[in-house]
Amino acid sequence: MTRVLIMVLTALLPLPSLAWEKPVSGYAYLPEQMQAMQDDSFENPGMFTVEEGGVLFHTPGYNGNSCVGCHGEGGSRLDARAIARYPVFSPEHQGPLTLQQRINDCREHHLDEFPLTYDEPDLIRLETFVRHLARGEKVNVDVSGPLRPWHESGKALYHTRIGQLDMACHHCHDRYVDLNLRDQVLNQGHSNAFPAHRLLIGDISSLHGKFRDCYATLRAMPHEVGSEEFIALEVYLNARGNGLPIETPGIRR
Amino acid sequence: MAAPLGAEEAYLPWRVENFAIEAPLGGLRGDAVRGRAIAASREKGNCIACHLMPIPEHPMHGTLAPPLFGAGARLSAGELRLRVVDEKVVNPETIMPAFYRDPGRYHRPHPEFATTILTAQEVEDVVAYLVTLK
Ligand code: HEC
Ligand code: HEC
Repeated sequence: MTRVLIMVLTALLPLPSLAWEKPVSGYAYLPEQMQAMQDDSFENPGMFTVEEGGVLFHTPGYNGNSCVGCHGEGGSRLDARAIARYPVFSPEHQGPLTLQQRINDCREHHLDEFPLTYDEPDLIRLETFVRHLARGEKVNVDVSGPLRPWHESGKALYHTRIGQLDMACHHCHDRYVDLNLRDQVLNQGHSNAFPAHRLLIGDISSLHGKFRDCYATLRAMPHEVGSEEFIALEVYLNARGNGLPIETPGIRR
Repeated sequence: MAAPLGAEEAYLPWRVENFAIEAPLGGLRGDAVRGRAIAASREKGNCIACHLMPIPEHPMHGTLAPPLFGAGARLSAGELRLRVVDEKVVNPETIMPAFYRDPGRYHRPHPEFATTILTAQEVEDVVAYLVTLK
């Protein structure tokens, strides 16, 4: 019986709920070569998506307006600090509004365009272009006010075991950070690099696309991109990384 | 309640006593050589994703879980079986997947993975291998 007790106690020992105090970007965990690729605008393949987004930003919509009309050439009148605050609470939607939804709303209201579906390639391109304008700006999501309930439900999702592997995001990204999972070092799983260019798929990946991947890794049924669940997860994750510099377009595996 | 597991195999119930499952699943007999391969395989056990094990031909082992050198000396076959079948019985907070848990209890299972992670035979193979780690 003592043996059983000792076993149970030792099993419980190495389990701090949070293995980190200060957020550290996934960038710090990349091999030097990938860091260099991310830092060099000419080498960074995500810059291609930024350029595509820039073209869309300057392209007139149905009513002849383009984003430039309100936001200036190259987005010169967009405020990096405002971009870093997304998702924000929208009184109109009575809920969170992600940067992508904000862009889609603009297209609908100011360009008279039909809204695009969540994560449609053109929307990811525009989001990548806009978020790149705030590169280096510190993520700053305010969840002390009306966004709080979404932050709480995102946090609950983050701690919910899912799929055949029955693990939660929290296990890898809070508890076992800096330890090895086979050939990978576990990072804190922040969102500041997204949309990011992923070398495995050779393409840009939205944050919700990355979420679907995480679910697949755990052999779980993913939620839809743009779903209430993933938007809540985005609110939680962005706020969890408050203070980290936006890296869009980051380079990741 | 036993969940359907595809045509070939039904989920077999198991019983814990004193933090051990004494009876081999389905009365099956394990094979240590196969068990070692399952422990290394990414698709099957993938035990070395988390545990350091004496499987040197695979260079990268995880460091987040206790090394399994000597596991067969520390724990009996029945204790090892419980840890492979469902470590959550020992430690409800563990990250270690339950390799033989009722799939009806998964949360949001992907339809392609609505089975136990390992079959009963594979669990017994892994246990037979772990017993050799003296
Ligand atoms: C089994 C361990 C594990 C679990 C559980 C897990 N992840 Fe991850 N996650 C990783 C690894 C490993 C990486 C690094 C991949 C790489 O090298 O790009 C990662 C990367 C990430 C990143 C990108 C971080 C960056 O800087 O590039 C995000 C965001 C993320 N995970 C979110 C999640 C979410 C959300 C969940 C739950 C639905 C989750 N993860 C569950 C292992 C895990
Ligand atoms: C995702 C991580 C992970 C995977 C995969 C994993 N384990 Fe574990 N295992 C752990 C952790 C962490 C512990 C420590 C105790 C706890 O957390 O409950 C543990 C404990 C154990 C123990 C008890 C060790 C002791 O000395 O008391 C055994 C035996 C074991 N695992 C065997 C296996 C086998 C065999 C496999 C594959 C079929 C496997 N594990 C896969 C994380 C993992």
